[in-house]
Amino acid sequence: MTLTTDEFVPTSGNDDDATQLLTDQEQQWVDKFMDETTLFLGPDPAIMRHHEIMPRTAYEEECIAQGIDPLEIDRIRKRLAGALDEAFEMCESMGAAPGAKWADLSCAVYTAEGDVTYLSNRGVIAFSAVLHHPIRYIMKNWKDEPTVGINEGDGFFHNDSRFGMVHNTDQSMLVPVIRGGIIIAWVGATIHEGENGACEPGGMPSGSETPFDDGLRASPIKIVERGHLRRDLLTFLQHSTRDPKLMLADIKVKMGAVKRIMDTVDRLIDEVGQETFVASLRVTVEDVETEVRRRIGELPDGTVTFNQFVDSTLKENILIKFACKITIKGERMIVDLTGTGPEILNRAINSPLASTKSFMAQAILSYWWPDLPRSTGALSPIEVITEEHSWADAGYDAPVGQSLQASFRGFSALQTAFAKMQFSSPQKYSNVVAPWFNQINDFLWGGTTQNGEQVGNLCADLNGMGGGAKAFRDGEDAVAPLFCAMADIGEQEVMEEEVPFLQLVSKRLVRDNQGFGKFRGGMGYEMIVASRGTPSWGFMTVTSGSKFSSVPGMFGGYGCPVYPLAMVKNVNIYDIIQKDPSQFNLSMERVMNEQPFEGGDYQSAHMGLQFDVAKEGELYMIAQGAGGGYGDVLERDPELVVTDLELDRISAHTASTMYGVVWEPGTYVVHEDQTVALRAQMRRDRISRGTPYKEFVKNFVKEEPPADLLYFGSWGQDDDENLIATHWGGLEPERVKGRLEDLPLIMVPDRRVLKISKLEARVRELEEKYGEVVEHKS
Amino acid sequence: MRVPMTEYLLIDLDTERWICRVCAHDFGDARGNYKEGTLVYDRDPREIHPPVIDPEKYEFTFSPDPTFCRILEFYCPTCGTQIEAEYLPPGHPPTVDMLWDIDSLREKWEAHGGNPEEVVNYGPGENAETDLSARFDSVSAHSHSHSHADHTEGH
Repeated sequence: MTLTTDEFVPTSGNDDDATQLLTDQEQQWVDKFMDETTLFLGPDPAIMRHHEIMPRTAYEEECIAQGIDPLEIDRIRKRLAGALDEAFEMCESMGAAPGAKWADLSCAVYTAEGDVTYLSNRGVIAFSAVLHHPIRYIMKNWKDEPTVGINEGDGFFHNDSRFGMVHNTDQSMLVPVIRGGIIIAWVGATIHEGENGACEPGGMPSGSETPFDDGLRASPIKIVERGHLRRDLLTFLQHSTRDPKLMLADIKVKMGAVKRIMDTVDRLIDEVGQETFVASLRVTVEDVETEVRRRIGELPDGTVTFNQFVDSTLKENILIKFACKITIKGERMIVDLTGTGPEILNRAINSPLASTKSFMAQAILSYWWPDLPRSTGALSPIEVITEEHSWADAGYDAPVGQSLQASFRGFSALQTAFAKMQFSSPQKYSNVVAPWFNQINDFLWGGTTQNGEQVGNLCADLNGMGGGAKAFRDGEDAVAPLFCAMADIGEQEVMEEEVPFLQLVSKRLVRDNQGFGKFRGGMGYEMIVASRGTPSWGFMTVTSGSKFSSVPGMFGGYGCPVYPLAMVKNVNIYDIIQKDPSQFNLSMERVMNEQPFEGGDYQSAHMGLQFDVAKEGELYMIAQGAGGGYGDVLERDPELVVTDLELDRISAHTASTMYGVVWEPGTYVVHEDQTVALRAQMRRDRISRGTPYKEFVKNFVKEEPPADLLYFGSWGQDDDENLIATHWGGLEPERVKGRLEDLPLIMVPDRRVLKISKLEARVRELEEKYGEVVEHKS
Repeated sequence: MRVPMTEYLLIDLDTERWICRVCAHDFGDARGNYKEGTLVYDRDPREIHPPVIDPEKYEFTFSPDPTFCRILEFYCPTCGTQIEAEYLPPGHPPTVDMLWDIDSLREKWEAHGGNPEEVVNYGPGENAETDLSARFDSVSAHSHSHSHADHTEGH
C-alpha cells in the first residue's frame, strides 16, 4: 500500500522517462541504494506536484467488489459528517489559538492513501486539497522506516507548507485508522495556530526574507506514539515558538477531537464492516471527481482569462502579475497560470504550488459547487499548468511566510472567472457573484500580555471580508473570509481579557469603501487599535492593495478601493482621552485629516508593516476591504442609492457623480425625472468620451510597463511564456525579459540601503553645491 | 436563438454575433473579442475611488495610484451601458476575457432544447430567478420611438 514514485503515474507534470530504461531488477537495486543512502527526505516532487486522487489500491478494489449499497454509503457519509462537525466544535470551543475560536480549522477523514473523503461542514475548505500530501509522505517514508513506523494510536504533526499545508501557521494532527495491521484510513484535525516562531510574531511574517525566517519547519513527525504525547518533541516545538502554552494546549485539543472522530469510525466499522467502510471512503472520493467532470461538461466550451496585479512585496511597492487562463473543452478544464511573475527570493509573498492549488479548491467547493462533499476529488480532474519558480509555484529556497499573497490570488482567479464561465449555463449550483474581497486586512500582534505571557497572533477581523455583490442583491458587509463561509469576527471584550490592546474603533463602516455597481459589494469596516498596560508590544500588517485595487467588479461594476495603513506615533491616546473625553471621537478620516493631537507623528503607508514597536497609546488604523460591485452603476435603483447616502455609506459626491441620482436634501426623496435625465446625459457623456476599441488600443497600449514601475510577469496575454522582471544587479533596478528559466534570480535590495544610498548622494550633491569639504570614510 | 452570456451581452447563435442585451448593438463576431465593438475610456482611478484621507498630506489615501492602476471602462456605443470595467496597469493590453466555442455552444443548446433567454437565471434560490431576455424586445414592443440613450431605467 505504500506509495512509491514507480507506482504513482501522474496525469500531468514532468515525467522522468529515464526510469523507463531500467529493468525491474535494476529498478529494485536503484531503489534500495537510494533508500539506504538518501541524505535528507525533503519535500518529494512526486507527491507535492500532484493533486489528483490516487488510483484504487488492490484492497480498495477488493472492498468495492463486495458490492456497493448507495444508501448505506450515504448513511456512512452522514455519520462521518456528524462526527467531523462534532470534532470541529470541540476544536472551536477548546482551542487556545485565536484562529480556532473563529473557525479557522478543519477536521477530516481520509482514505488510506490520503485523499480527503469528507471534511467538516464548517471550517476551511482549502484543507481538502492539501492534506493528502503529508499523508502520502508519511506512507512513503515512515511506514516502513524502522525508526518511525506507523502504529495504532500514533499521531503525526506538521506545519511546513512545503510538505503540503495551506500555510505555515497551520498545524496538523494526522492519525491512522488501523485494522488487522493494515492502514485502512486516516483521520485528522488541523488548526490555524498562528504563532510559529517566525521572524515576526503571529505566524505570517511579512518581513520574512529566507525560508528560515518563516519559522517552524516541521516535516511530518510522530508527535504522538501509541496514544502518548512525546515530551521530547513537544518540548522542541514549544521551544521553537513564542507561545509554548498554545503549542501544548492545541496539540491536546487536536488529539481530543481526533479521538472523537475515531470513536465514530470504530463504531461504524463495527456496524458495517471494514470492507464497506473502506469502499464508502473510496467511492465518495471517486463520485466527487466524476460529478466534477460532469459539471465541467455543463459549462460552455471556451477560454476565460483573468489577470491580477499585486502591488506589494509587503516591504516595497511593485507590480507582480498573477495570470490565469481557464479553458473548458468538454469535460476537461485546464487552469493555466503561465505568465505569472517569478518568485522573489527574499520576500515573503511566494506560495508553494500545493498551497496555491488548495485555494483553487476553496473556490470550487465554496463558490462554484458548494453542495459537493469536501473532497480531494473536487480539484482532482482539473488540470493545472504552472511554471516552477513563479511566485504561485515557489521553489524550495523561496520564503513563503506570507504565501497567502499568491495563494489567495489562486482563489480569486477561479472565483472571479466563474461568473463568466457559468453565466450562460442553464444549470447552476451557486449564484452569479462578483469578486469576494481577497486580502488580509488585519492586525497581527505580539509581545508580553498584561498577564505576563509571551504571545503572537492575529485579530479575528481578518474574517470580516466584504462579500462580492450578487447579480440580484448587494454584497454583505464584513460577512466572511474567502476561506471560511461561517467564520466569526470574535468578541472584542473577550480578546481584551487576553491581549494588552484596545480596539478604540471597531466595526465602523468607512464611507465610500465600496465596490460600486448596480448592486454594490459588501463594505469593510475600520479598526483603530492602541496598546495599553504592556512592557513590550507591537503590531504588523501583511496586506497588499494600497496602490492597485485588490479585486475588480463584475460586468461593469467597479472593484474595491485601495487601503492605507495610518499611524499616529508619539502620542498616548489614553492620556489625551482622559484629559478631554471629546477626543474619543476617533476615525481614520478625522484623525489623519485634522491631526488633532499635538506632537503626533501622522503617517500613511502601504499595508506591509513589519513588526512595529507600539508604545502605549500610539494609534494604528486600517480598514477592512470591500467586495466587488456588479453591473452598471447607472442601473442601480435610486432608492438604494439614497438609502446608502442617508446611512453615510456613500458620499453625496458618489451619489450624484457616480450613480447619477438627484434627491431632495434633508428628506432624501429621489427626484425621479431629474434622475432619469441625469443618467441619460451620463450615458451620452460616456459615448462622447469613449474611443473605438482599436483606436484606443493604438494609443493606450505600450510595448512594456512604464519605465519606473517595478514590474514582474507577462505583458498582455499573447506571449505569456515571456516575462518581464525587475532585476537588481547593483542598487539600481534594471528591466530584464525572457522565459522564466532564463531570468536571473530576483532579489530586492533592502529598502533602507536604497534610502541611505539616495540620502548619501544628496548629501554629496549639497556638499559640492556649497563647497563643503568632508572626508567620507567607509 | 440568443444566449445570455453576461449581464449585458447576448450571443445570437443564428447570426453568430455579440449583441447588446439592452439595445441590440452588434459588437462583432461571436467567435472573437466583444471588446472590439465597444467604446473605451481610460479612467483615472481616483475619480472612482475618492480619497478618504487628504492626498495633499499623504501618499496612501484609499485612492488607487494612477501610475500603477487605470480603470478601462467599456461602453456600448449605442446605449452607453458600461458592460465591463477592467483594472489594469497603465499601457497593459486590455484582456481578451472571453472566447467561446460557438459550435459547441450551439450543440449544447440544441441538445437542451430550451430557449436560453427563458431558462438562464442567476442560480439557485427564488430571488435568483430573473428575466435575462433581450431588453430591446420589450422596449421596442412598448415604445417604438424610444431612443437607446434614454432608456436608462431598463428594468
